[in-house]
Amino acid sequence: MYSVNYHRATSVADAAKKIKSGDAKYLSGGMTLIPAMKTRLAAPSDLVDLNHIADLKGIKVSGKSITIGAATTHFDVANDEKLKKVCPALSHLASHIGDPAVRHRGTIGGSVANNDPAADYPSALLALGATVVTNKRQIAADKFFKGLFETALKDDEIVTAVTFTAPAKSGYAKFPNPASRYAMTGVFVTKGKDGVRAAVTGAGDDGVFRSKEIEAALTKKFEASALEGVTVPSGSLMGDIHATPEYRANLVVVMAKRAVAAANA
Amino acid sequence: MGIEGIGARVARKEDKRFITGAGRYVDDMVVPGMKHAAFVRSPHAHADIKKIDTKKAEAMPGVIGVLTGRQLKADGIGNLICGWMIHSKDGSPMKMGAWSPLAVDRVRYVGDAVVVVVADTKGQARDAAEAVEITYKERKSVADAVDALGKGAPQLHPEADGNLIFDWGIGDAAATDAALKSAAHVTRLNIVNNRLVPNAMEPRAALGHYDKAEDHYTCWTTSQNPHVARLVMSAFYNVAPENKLRVIAPDVGGGFGSKIYIYPEEIVCLWASKRTGVPVKWVADRTESFLTDAHGRDHHTTVEMGFDKNNKIVGLKVDTIANLGAYMSLFSSATPTYLYATLLSGQYNIPAIYGNVRTVYTNTAPVDAYRGAGRPEATFVLERTMEIAARELGVSPAELRRTNFITQFPHQTPVIMCYDAGNYGASLDAAMKQADYAGFAKRKTAAAKKGKLRGIGMSCYIEACGIAPSAAVGSLGAGVGLWESAEVRVNAVGTIEVLTGSHSHGQGHETTFAQLVNSRFGVPLDSVSIVHGDTDKVQMGMGTYGSRSGAVGMSAIVKALDKVEAKAKKIAAHLLEADEGDIVIENGQLKVAGTDKNVPWFQMALAAYTAHNLPQGMEPGLKETAFYDPSNFTFPAGCYICEVEIDPDTGKTDIIQFVAADDFGNIINPMIVEGQVHGGIAQGVGQALLEGAVYDASGQLLTASYMDYTMPRADDLPSFQVSTSNTPCPSNPLGIKGCGEAGAIGSPPAVINAITDALGHDNLTMPATPGKVWAALRAGAKH
Amino acid sequence: MSEVSLVVNGRKVSGAVEDRTLLVHFLREHLGLTGTHVGCDTSQCGACVVHVDGKATKSCTMLAIQASGSTVTTIEGLANGADLHPVQAAFKEHHGLQCGFCTPGMIMTATDMIRRHPEGLDETTVRAELEGNICRCTGYHNIVKAILAASKTMSKASKSKAKKAA
Repeated sequence: MYSVNYHRATSVADAAKKIKSGDAKYLSGGMTLIPAMKTRLAAPSDLVDLNHIADLKGIKVSGKSITIGAATTHFDVANDEKLKKVCPALSHLASHIGDPAVRHRGTIGGSVANNDPAADYPSALLALGATVVTNKRQIAADKFFKGLFETALKDDEIVTAVTFTAPAKSGYAKFPNPASRYAMTGVFVTKGKDGVRAAVTGAGDDGVFRSKEIEAALTKKFEASALEGVTVPSGSLMGDIHATPEYRANLVVVMAKRAVAAANA
Repeated sequence: MGIEGIGARVARKEDKRFITGAGRYVDDMVVPGMKHAAFVRSPHAHADIKKIDTKKAEAMPGVIGVLTGRQLKADGIGNLICGWMIHSKDGSPMKMGAWSPLAVDRVRYVGDAVVVVVADTKGQARDAAEAVEITYKERKSVADAVDALGKGAPQLHPEADGNLIFDWGIGDAAATDAALKSAAHVTRLNIVNNRLVPNAMEPRAALGHYDKAEDHYTCWTTSQNPHVARLVMSAFYNVAPENKLRVIAPDVGGGFGSKIYIYPEEIVCLWASKRTGVPVKWVADRTESFLTDAHGRDHHTTVEMGFDKNNKIVGLKVDTIANLGAYMSLFSSATPTYLYATLLSGQYNIPAIYGNVRTVYTNTAPVDAYRGAGRPEATFVLERTMEIAARELGVSPAELRRTNFITQFPHQTPVIMCYDAGNYGASLDAAMKQADYAGFAKRKTAAAKKGKLRGIGMSCYIEACGIAPSAAVGSLGAGVGLWESAEVRVNAVGTIEVLTGSHSHGQGHETTFAQLVNSRFGVPLDSVSIVHGDTDKVQMGMGTYGSRSGAVGMSAIVKALDKVEAKAKKIAAHLLEADEGDIVIENGQLKVAGTDKNVPWFQMALAAYTAHNLPQGMEPGLKETAFYDPSNFTFPAGCYICEVEIDPDTGKTDIIQFVAADDFGNIINPMIVEGQVHGGIAQGVGQALLEGAVYDASGQLLTASYMDYTMPRADDLPSFQVSTSNTPCPSNPLGIKGCGEAGAIGSPPAVINAITDALGHDNLTMPATPGKVWAALRAGAKH
Repeated sequence: MSEVSLVVNGRKVSGAVEDRTLLVHFLREHLGLTGTHVGCDTSQCGACVVHVDGKATKSCTMLAIQASGSTVTTIEGLANGADLHPVQAAFKEHHGLQCGFCTPGMIMTATDMIRRHPEGLDETTVRAELEGNICRCTGYHNIVKAILAASKTMSKASKSKAKKAA
């Protein structure tokens, strides 16, 4: 790791002030940033730690309306009883991110802001039609994720929360990369008042995306059987030593089936 | 069997320190004044070094020294060597290219060490290493062994024309060709044995300390054989003469072969310590380990196996190209020859065998022995061929094997080995029973109803371990003898220290060796200490690899114990005024047989050291040394059965059950033996399903971290069903065979035989990842 | 450089470290607690797992300064005095270790796992929960066995405690 200066923020405003120094980066759970720094792939001059800002933590469930503080850990999202009742798919997703130690530290805000193409949360936010709340504005998930590791966030902008309305039905299924255990393909499907949405992570060569083929099929009938024979194009899917684009295209459909089955269960 | 003696399931003595965090590994060592090294490594697979500019790095904070290969050469440090001479069929010696611990003019693989930086902290050393400016002129590179033999392939070493290191043969080519010609059926196939990275969980590390006042070096290193390290560093690398070099291998966090070899880093740390005047520690990070630890396997093989009309094998012809990487590692030449082709007879009566092996330089990490070393490759060749032959001949895999089993011992194979004992049918029966082989068809039907594909596969392996008779391996080209040493020191109070030249890095020697002493003298385990891993304490030894520590290391201890016993009995006879021949040792006492006259063990020991009342002319003290040179290899064998279920939607393979029935001869501690088998199977299943080192066309290692190299994790594996049978090994005093590698040797073909059984065709290479199995299913469906 | 203060294994400790110092290096190099190991660069192997404020944490993926103010338990502080912790005892009894390098992280992960599953564990759950800990020696067979056994022992112990309290 290169040398770095650490700052602990006490409030969102304090963090926004501290980020001005040098080539600073916000540090949340650090589960992606610190490994990247260790291997010298990331080299911020300063880190502003958001973990000690009480306002950023916690899950509020009010009827179907849900707000999750950005510094809420995967472990807490996975185990929140109220959330599990209204949107079990999101708790299920969180319970399968990384490993137990990673879930103890990693946060939803960090994951969303990082927008790793194989991270789980971006697919959930996109499929849930969630809103990303920052210290400056509210950004619809559809406008937030902008390709590989790119988001609509400005340099000094801090994700403070994620909000959404729990859909009537939602489900998530992922096929992990055998080595890294990140999603090689993960599909989050929802059926809510605005219809069906299906978002795919781990597979797109430009990051998380909505699959119109899956959405079209599931709009007709929100059941796994509706996806029989459905194919998705492999042209814009990633290929690597673990999976060809064609294999990923297959996994998109298979995971979508399993996600729908979970949503209906 | 006593409660602590041979055969007892004793919990390990060494565990206490490991479970409390008190283990002492190289990275835990701190020497006053110690500084830290970082290596500048080649980012290119193949390039000329045009210029090295260290000025900027030297000026960085905390930097003590920035050292290059030219300085290393100027100080007379020698090149790394391969210690096993192989001659080609034409009689010419193998073509060994020069391997400098720090590259001077040319780099030949990504990770090749070029410059070392010594600084106050690890971070500073890394920072400065990045500031070293090296100008390279890139050359064309080649990573694949078959490509490296092709016309126009880039040439790695001037010594090895066409990158061919040797073209070696074993067996009778003419007889084999004739046999294949006469065969009623010939099974032919091409096999790729995938390249693996050993991945001991403790990364390699070295701490070199030059003591100027004493003109003496100490090296703490992650080694499986510290004595060989000292020998080689003294005799070939000119680091220091043996009397001025102490090598210590403390607790070592796994080896699996990768820590047998002497690597550039330990040599450089010792040399750099003298150059800079400070103790120098280097610890690999995981990516460095991936890039520079000796890799394993990487064979391309074609096989022809002929059968007569009764399904008896008449001949076997094998042609293998083995990738040895950019340089010849210490035992790299032996692994694909004498550790591989000598096992091509497997458990079968094969009248004619011919094996041809060509070894090749490529722009990849050096390749050497990795758990099993040659024997997994031989087993994969044979057991895949047998399975496919059974499918082609329309007979059951078990029946085809049974038809060809060797049943009379000793059995001389056409490829050097003389099997001394075994009962292959017994292991096959035991495994089939345990796996409920007969019930498989029902289970397959039930799985099909759930939309899953079931398959079952077996593998009947044999291996040769307990290496090795020194004269025999010497005649085959080994640069060292493969005996083992032991010293037994009985203290004045009767407690015992056993010094062994073998090295424990997970195998539990501190317990099993003590169990042997307990069986002999009745001394409690707690009163027996095993000392290893330090050239100042143990005079000489050959270390631990090739499943040799039981069969060879313990046999040496037996010899030393025999001598101790003889002297102890003399002393006891003298004290008891009895005849030496009437003394027996029981329950910690030396007794006159058939009487109640006795002297306790500790009292006899005390008498040896007070020397007040010893037999006329006897030297005081009780300490004996022995060297044991085995008269033969040992031949563990067994049968493994794997049952898999494939999800056709994703191609993911789940192992439903894995059964291992092994014959390891007599067993000292069944708990430890089972643990060795579990670990071996995990590595074998890893090879079959998960692991594979991949270089891209430009020689970059794509699998250089756990993000891309799939290590077996707990949820990839089932619990294993293991059992043993026993045909004692006739060639060593304890009747034991080796158990350390069997799991990794026997399991890969069992897994692949099971998957291909489920697929219904054989077009599948390891590792059988979900993506590959899915593609194989589709390809199969198209046919 | 920053001043770091922590409670480690019940003792208040502090030290001035470079901000880039990882918690694992602070434990190993500043406090001499070398039982916590580093086995990879990518936060996957789990040899470095300790408990930070009672939760299993990869100490290679946290700066020491991030942990300042926290309570840390390492493998050295797990046992109560001379006794082995039930998880340590189970690893020994069931041969859940060979070379010992991954063992401290395994034991710290196992202890955390058992704490989070007071209802008990089954083999599938244990294997899934071990996703972040890699062992190259044991094939996990005996690690799984040891954790299941320790979970049983500990739930018995807590039940009998609860009975006594009632």
